[in-house]
Parts: sequence; C-alpha cells; structure tokens
Amino acid sequence: MILADEEHFGQPTALTGKTNDVSVPVKVVAVRRYGTWALGLAVLAVLAFVVRAFARANIEYSLIPGYLVNRSILTGVAHTLELTLLAMAVGLALGVMTAVMRQTHNPVLRGVALGYTWLFRGTPLLVQLLIWFNLSIVFKNLSFFGLYSTPMNTLMTPFVAALLGLGVNEGAYIAEIVRSGIISVDDGQSEAAAALGMPQSLTMRRVVLPQALRVIVPPLGNEFIALLKYSSLAYTISYTELLQSANKIYTTNFKVIELLFTVSIWYILLTTVFTVFQQILERRVGRGHTRPTEGIGRRLAVNLMRFRR
Amino acid sequence: MTTVTKHHDTGSTRGSGPMIEAVDIHKRFGHVEVLRGIDLEVAAGEVFCLIGPSGSGKSTFLRCINHLETIDAGNLRVDGDLVGFEQHGNVLHALPEKKIARKRAEIGMVFQRFNLFPHMTALQNVMEAPIRVRKESRTIALERALALLDRVGLADRRDNYPSQLSGGQQQRVAIARALAMQPKLMLFDEPTSALDPELVGDVLQVMRSLAEDGMTMVVVTHEMAFARDVGDALVFVDGGRVVESGHPRDVLTNPQHPRTQSFLSRLG
Ligand SMILES: Nc1ncnc2c1ncn2[C@@H]1O[C@H](COP(=O)(O)OP(=O)(O)OP(=O)(O)O)[C@@H](O)[C@H]1O
Ligand SMILES: [Mg+2]
Repeated sequence: MILADEEHFGQPTALTGKTNDVSVPVKVVAVRRYGTWALGLAVLAVLAFVVRAFARANIEYSLIPGYLVNRSILTGVAHTLELTLLAMAVGLALGVMTAVMRQTHNPVLRGVALGYTWLFRGTPLLVQLLIWFNLSIVFKNLSFFGLYSTPMNTLMTPFVAALLGLGVNEGAYIAEIVRSGIISVDDGQSEAAAALGMPQSLTMRRVVLPQALRVIVPPLGNEFIALLKYSSLAYTISYTELLQSANKIYTTNFKVIELLFTVSIWYILLTTVFTVFQQILERRVGRGHTRPTEGIGRRLAVNLMRFRR
Repeated sequence: MTTVTKHHDTGSTRGSGPMIEAVDIHKRFGHVEVLRGIDLEVAAGEVFCLIGPSGSGKSTFLRCINHLETIDAGNLRVDGDLVGFEQHGNVLHALPEKKIARKRAEIGMVFQRFNLFPHMTALQNVMEAPIRVRKESRTIALERALALLDRVGLADRRDNYPSQLSGGQQQRVAIARALAMQPKLMLFDEPTSALDPELVGDVLQVMRSLAEDGMTMVVVTHEMAFARDVGDALVFVDGGRVVESGHPRDVLTNPQHPRTQSFLSRLG
C-alpha cells in the first residue's frame, strides 16, 4: 500500500489503494530517527550521572519522612498557607478594585489604577518586600489623624511586611487579569443590563464580573500557585514560613539537602492539591457554557512547570 | 391603553400626550453626523415601524430613546419627560446615573443579537431586573416570570441556559425579560434579523400578541409583512432623516419619495 497523496489524504479510498496505479503491496518504512535515539541516550546518561551523584552523596534520605512531619516544618507549612491565602485575598481585593477603576470614566481613578500597576509590576517583588520591611525608615510612626499613633517598626512585623509585599504586588498582576476578563465580555451584555435599568455598579457585579470569571479563574489559579511559591521570598525578611523553618533547622544540624527536599515535597504537594481545587472552581464558573475545561493532567503540567515571570 | 399608563402618574404631562416626541434630533459620532434632524411622534399604544437602509441611523435613534446614546441637539421626550435631562425653569440639568437608570427601567429593549445573560437560566434572566432593580420579592418576580415565559411559549425551557436554546427561543426569552419590568414602551432593533427563516415566525407571533394587548412598540425591521399587517405607522429613514412617513400599507404599497421607491424595490 502506498501512502495517500495530498489530495486524497484522510479519505478511506486512498488508503485502500484503489485509486492508485500501483497494485503490488509495498512495505512501509518510517523515517529512521537516529538523532532521536542518540539524544535519548545522552539524556539517560546525564540522568544516570545526576541520580548516582545524589545517591552517593552524603544525603540521609531516611531523614526526610521524619522532617516532613516535623513540628517546626508543619508550622512553616501552616504559615506559608496562611500567608498565601491572606496575600491572595489582599491581591484579589486590590486587583478587582483596580480593574474596575480602569474601566470607569473618572480620569483620576483611571490614573491611580494605571500608576499602581505600573509601579508594582515594574519593580522586583524581592525589592518590594525589603522596602515594606524597612518602611520605618521612611515613616517613623503610623497615625490616624492624631487619634491613634504607633511606631512603624512595631507594626511592620515580618508577617505584616510579607503580607503587604506579596498582596499588593499580586494585586497589580490580578488587576490585569481581571481587566482582560472584563474586556472579554461582550458590550451587548452591559447594554442589555443598562436597558433593563441596572446601574453601572449592579451591571458590573451581576452581569459583567460573573461572565469575566470564566476568563479570569484559570490565570487566577496560576497566580495563586505562583504566589504559594513566591511566598518563600518572605524567608529574606525572616518570616518563619516553610523555607525559613527548614533554614532554622539546617543552620544547626547542616542537613541542608534533606531539608530542602522536604520543603520541595511540601510545595509540590500543596501545588497539586490546589490544582485540584482550581479544576473544580473552573467547572463551576463555566455554567451556561459548553466549552470543556482542561484536564487535570494538563493543569498539573502547567502549574508545576510554569516559568517565573 | 389604560394598562400601559397606570403605573406612572407622577409627572403632570405623563400619560396624556404622545409616548415619544422627537423634534429635530441630531447625533454625531466624531465628525460623522448620523442623525440629521429626525422628527417623529409615536402615540401611546401604537406599533411604530422604522425602516431604512443599513447605516441610515435607525439603531442610533432607537438607542437615543432610552439614552444609551446622548443626543447632540433637538428635543426628545418620552411620555412627556425629556430624555436624559431635567428642566428647571429654562435650565437643563443632565440627569445623574441613578435617575437615567430608573427611566430606562420603564422602557424595554430587544436587540438583534438577543444579549441574554449567558450565565443565567431563562428564568433567572427574566427575574434578574425585577428583583435587583425594582426590588420585587422573589415570589412576585417568580410568578410573573413564569407567566411571561408561558406567554412566549417557553414555560418548559425555564431552566435552560441561553446556549441551550435556539435563536428564536433566545429572542423570545429576551422579550419576556424586557416585559418583566412592565415597561410602558418597547423598542425592538431588528429582532428577527439574526434568526434562521423558520424561527422568525414564533418571534413575530409574540410581537403581534403584544401589539394586540396595546403595548406601545417602536420596531426597526426588515419584515415588511409584519410592518404592513401589525404596524400603525411607519417611517422610512435615510441618511439620518425621515424621508417618508405614513400608514405602513400606504408607504409600502405606494411609496411617494424616489428613495423609498428604490429601497423597497431593492427588497423585492
Ligand atoms: N458608537 C459609534 N461610534 C461611531 N460610529 C457609530 C457608532 N454607532 C453607529 N455608528 C455609525 O453610525 C451610522 C448609523 O449606524 P446605525 O447603527 O444607527 O445604522 P442602522 O440604520 O441601524 O443600520 P443597520 O441596518 O445596519 O443596523 C453608521 O455609519 C455607523 O457606522
Ligand atoms: Mg441597526
């Protein structure tokens, strides 16, 4: 049998060879991919070398199960979760507010929103964290109209600095996501709502945002999972999240790799769990739409292999 | 006509004069003047048809009536009230958003592309505005929504999302949604243009029954049979002006203006 030519490609008649002059059966030989084989072997060799190195190195793998449920590590996990969830809440509030501000007709609000995203997306998160942590250099005291005053350096604990740093930064990214979601909703929708007598705010809340969610949720899930991992930056301002907890242990016993592995396992575990949540949420906001959602395997692949921004 | 005017008797001029009064309406987008002096009057209870070539400004005029567009010049009144403005002495004050919204709630609008809310079921689409805008109780809103869905022949589709309905069904839900606000005036912008021919009939049937109930309707349409059979008045719009007006039967069968003649002959 001869492979079909372009014109007949995919048509069953072509595959049976009926339309062809050649009636003698011919053996089909796929293109030999020597290069692929060579590359595969090379990859295996490198892998074997790395695995051997890790296996022969002075790493006590048997310690890892114990560390996984170590009390300080578990506290670190709890802190990481707490920080991530709260920072996401701050980010969501700021992000939605900013996105809605960008859509208003008020030029002052639009300007403020634009400036905020520009500033916080334009500077590295790590730098922002350090600035929040050292804010007492700029503002000695925090006071509310002279009614209440407190020194900044007692207020700006590592946790508060980490929360604000991560949350405010996240808000700037979420704003863009929400905005693209809002823009994706057909103009006819707000028009229909307006024609029914719905004011702008109600239209946004009941008509535009719920539809924007379908576009917003997938990238938002990615943001959350990225945030989970970025929360490890709080380590630098000595907040005892997961990485810092591990750090505290290995600075005394030098089981560095064992503890970093422990930390990695926890991050992968959390990422996987939240990916499942993300999947469920996406199904829910897809109401009324027939577009299939991505499979869990694809989601995991994206979340675990995402590039840093 | 009593059913049409009973739930709004606040203004002194309301309910007595014409439902829509347009005098020399102008509207421009940038440098393009789309409406160049529209004059017309729509009586309460009337089915008023607008026909004209593409780009002649029919949709724009319709959208001015419920203030989706703001007119640049002229005098536009709905049920005696200026659209978008309030007159105190001889000063016009632009209405704040809340008041504009309240006025729009009294005018139903049906779009060419239906614009149903895709994340809500048919029933939720119909109940949304009565509950959120008119603050009706769920029970009352539900009762009326069910009656309206029944009226447009879709009682059994109440729990379907728009994506699960045919175009004709979606448009009928859209009509029910607009009626749920108990409007005194209904605007239709080519309600059947996006439909497959076999689905047009059901929608026109619903509009026909509305007309029989005495609803005031302004209908932009290419359905000349509908205009002729149901319409009480008809205007032919071209280049942002009313070129010819009269009773639909007269204008459609015996057009006077050459532009009307050529437009109608092109329709076949
Ligand atoms: N928002 C807008 N901005 C700029 N131009 C517009 C806008 N809306 C309408 N126009 C222009 O105004 C003109 C009239 O448009 P309109 O939609 O009122 O025409 P129409 O009579 O409804 O036509 P059709 O039969 O195709 O629906 C068109 O040339 C259109 O391009
Ligand atoms: Mg139009």
